[in-house]
Amino acid sequence: MSTFWSIWISVIVLGTVFGCWWLLYATRKGQTTDTETDRTTGHSFDGIEELDNPLPKWWFYLFVASCVFALGYLALYPGLGNYKGLLDWSQESQWQTEQQLAEARYGEIYARYGDTSVEELYTNREAMQIGQRLFANNCSVCHGSAGRGNIGFPNLTDDAWLYGGDPDSILSTLHNGRAGAMPAMGTMPNMTPDQVDEVVNYVLAYSGRAEDPEAAKAGEQVYMQACAACHGQDGKGNQGIGAPNLTDDAWLYGSTYEWIKETVVNGRQNMMPAQSDRLSEDQIQILAAYVYSLSR
Amino acid sequence: MSTVNANLTYNYKVVRQFAIMTVVWGIVGMGLGVLIAAQLYWPALNLDLPWTHFGRLRPLHTNAVIFGFGGSALFATAYYVVQRTCQARLISDGLAAFTFWGWQAIIVSAAITLPLGLTTSKEYAELEWPIDIAIAIVWVAYALVFFGTIMKRSTPHIYVANWFYGAFIVTVAVLHIGNNLALPASAFKSYSAYAGVTDAMMQWWYGHNAVGFFLTAGFLGMMYYFVPKQADRPVYSYRLSIVHFWALIATYVWAGGHHLHYSALPDWAQTAGMVMSLILLAPSWGGMINGMMTLSGAWHKLRTDPILRFLVVSLSFYGMSTFEGPMMSIKTVNALSHNTDWTIGHVHSGALGWVAMISIGAIYHLVPKLWGVRDMYSTPLINLHFWLATVGTVLYIVAMWVNGITQGLMWRAVNEDGTLTYSFVESLEASYGGYLVRFIGGAVFLTGMLIMAYNVYMTIRQKEAAPSTTAAAQTA
Repeated sequence: MSTFWSIWISVIVLGTVFGCWWLLYATRKGQTTDTETDRTTGHSFDGIEELDNPLPKWWFYLFVASCVFALGYLALYPGLGNYKGLLDWSQESQWQTEQQLAEARYGEIYARYGDTSVEELYTNREAMQIGQRLFANNCSVCHGSAGRGNIGFPNLTDDAWLYGGDPDSILSTLHNGRAGAMPAMGTMPNMTPDQVDEVVNYVLAYSGRAEDPEAAKAGEQVYMQACAACHGQDGKGNQGIGAPNLTDDAWLYGSTYEWIKETVVNGRQNMMPAQSDRLSEDQIQILAAYVYSLSR
Repeated sequence: MSTVNANLTYNYKVVRQFAIMTVVWGIVGMGLGVLIAAQLYWPALNLDLPWTHFGRLRPLHTNAVIFGFGGSALFATAYYVVQRTCQARLISDGLAAFTFWGWQAIIVSAAITLPLGLTTSKEYAELEWPIDIAIAIVWVAYALVFFGTIMKRSTPHIYVANWFYGAFIVTVAVLHIGNNLALPASAFKSYSAYAGVTDAMMQWWYGHNAVGFFLTAGFLGMMYYFVPKQADRPVYSYRLSIVHFWALIATYVWAGGHHLHYSALPDWAQTAGMVMSLILLAPSWGGMINGMMTLSGAWHKLRTDPILRFLVVSLSFYGMSTFEGPMMSIKTVNALSHNTDWTIGHVHSGALGWVAMISIGAIYHLVPKLWGVRDMYSTPLINLHFWLATVGTVLYIVAMWVNGITQGLMWRAVNEDGTLTYSFVESLEASYGGYLVRFIGGAVFLTGMLIMAYNVYMTIRQKEAAPSTTAAAQTA
């Protein structure tokens, strides 16, 4: 902030504290007695009188002490505009210190497993117990505590993988995250309602569930134009770009006619956040092994 | 005591109206509180309807108790106290009536718009812009009536209760207008004039001073009249009144920053919020001491007078929660307590223990005088209400302390590998017991309010059965 605002803040903060201080001493100075009295101020309001008692001593010193504490605290910590405080404390520095302490305390536990390959690690009971806890803390919010996923969040316990279930693919997903985007109506933005109905039936036909065989047949042409570029001519998807396989029984969104129609008409946006800024290399290695173990 | 003008009559009509609505909104607001407490224990009570969902009824609960119940109590007592301590009739009966009907219309519109989901989403300032404008207009009318009456007072000085009422009225106007500045987008949708962390700071500057001025300064005004009056003793120390009044209003406005510890709010604002909150302990306790010590020489009255018990116990809860507040504002303590039920317990030790109890005591003092009868219909029922209120409050706070500390500790517990020991849902599961006890505490408190309604009704009927002269009412 600019010097002006820094000075302004300092003045009003200190002004309030010293103002309290002054008020306290100025009022005490006028006291006519040190002990409790029966004398009133002479005012009377609807029969209510006010005694001229002194400020209770313990209360007076409590007040002074809190002002002294405030001044001491303002000297040590940032409170007066740009002044950093004698301890040079900030909430960022406190966070960094805690991060370093955590790294010093826990880093070694993870380092034990960081160099082990995923294939080897997933059979290590101790590592998998840690992996389960990492998963519970970091992944279960979306993928569920058992990893079974939810609408829009992949099930990690089956054989269907959007980007591949081999160790390297899982590691890559965890490190860098994934962004999946299906455009509305695929690559055929001018799809008519009839064509939507046809292509949905065509997709349903992969799993033998077409509601209207005629429409499904007509849908092939629509599919080739709108969907095949990503999902493949055989509907088996493309793990290179995260396009789901449409022929199996794993569905990221619902598998009914209505759900698929919704997906076709409006498209889908998916986001798996990158973990490399949040977790250490070693932790990601263990987590990858845990995710790998889920589908074994 | 200066002589009272024999021809002077006070406007008690508006006081009576607000006194009755205090009881009505108390029952409505606390009833809603009990309902949403039950929803947390039995989620099926949300009824799967948007209008009865916790997320919509919770702001209705807070608005009904703060502005409906607390607001009506403040209007009633401020109008009563300012007339009696200034020995002057309200400056305008018409304007006073306008504040009554205007304020009731505002609370009713809150009861309609909030369940419909019309909200600014700012805590305690949820009402949308047309209602905000209405509040500002009624509030200015309130200020005109109050300060106008002070200006035509026939006493040489202004009594301390009126300082507090005055500070409350002026500051709430500034807070309300400041925080609610917004750009309307349609009849019931607006966007705040502030963005990001500035919006957050404005919101908690308002939010904490809703507590500091609406729920503290105003009720201290109430305390300064009804405690000495009911105890029939002089106020303990005029000198203490001066120091704690000015210190309280000077430091309270700083405290909002403690709601935003460890956030995007710059460090300096967090620190200022914390140190001012700590300084606030002594000024707050100044009010408690002045009320408590006023009873010296009259402690024996507590044995026979349940109204005085309400007033004194409210001061004890006030002292307790104004100690707890500064402690919770310390960053280290806040790191444990923030976002837990502890905060809710803290608010309710102030709201039930202090605000509700002192209002209840004041209304029990007022009702016989307003309707010109000797006493409340039943003193044993007041005593029963006192015990229900005390037990209800204690159950509520203790349940929330246990829940809050449990949650805080569970959220920060880590395994030997540094991962979190508990998931959020596990901490929720651990809170169920406390939620049930909190519901019971709230229900017990609400039962007391229903008994109060009966007692007030019977008192008013008593008056109708045996009418007394208005003169008797005026000098009572």
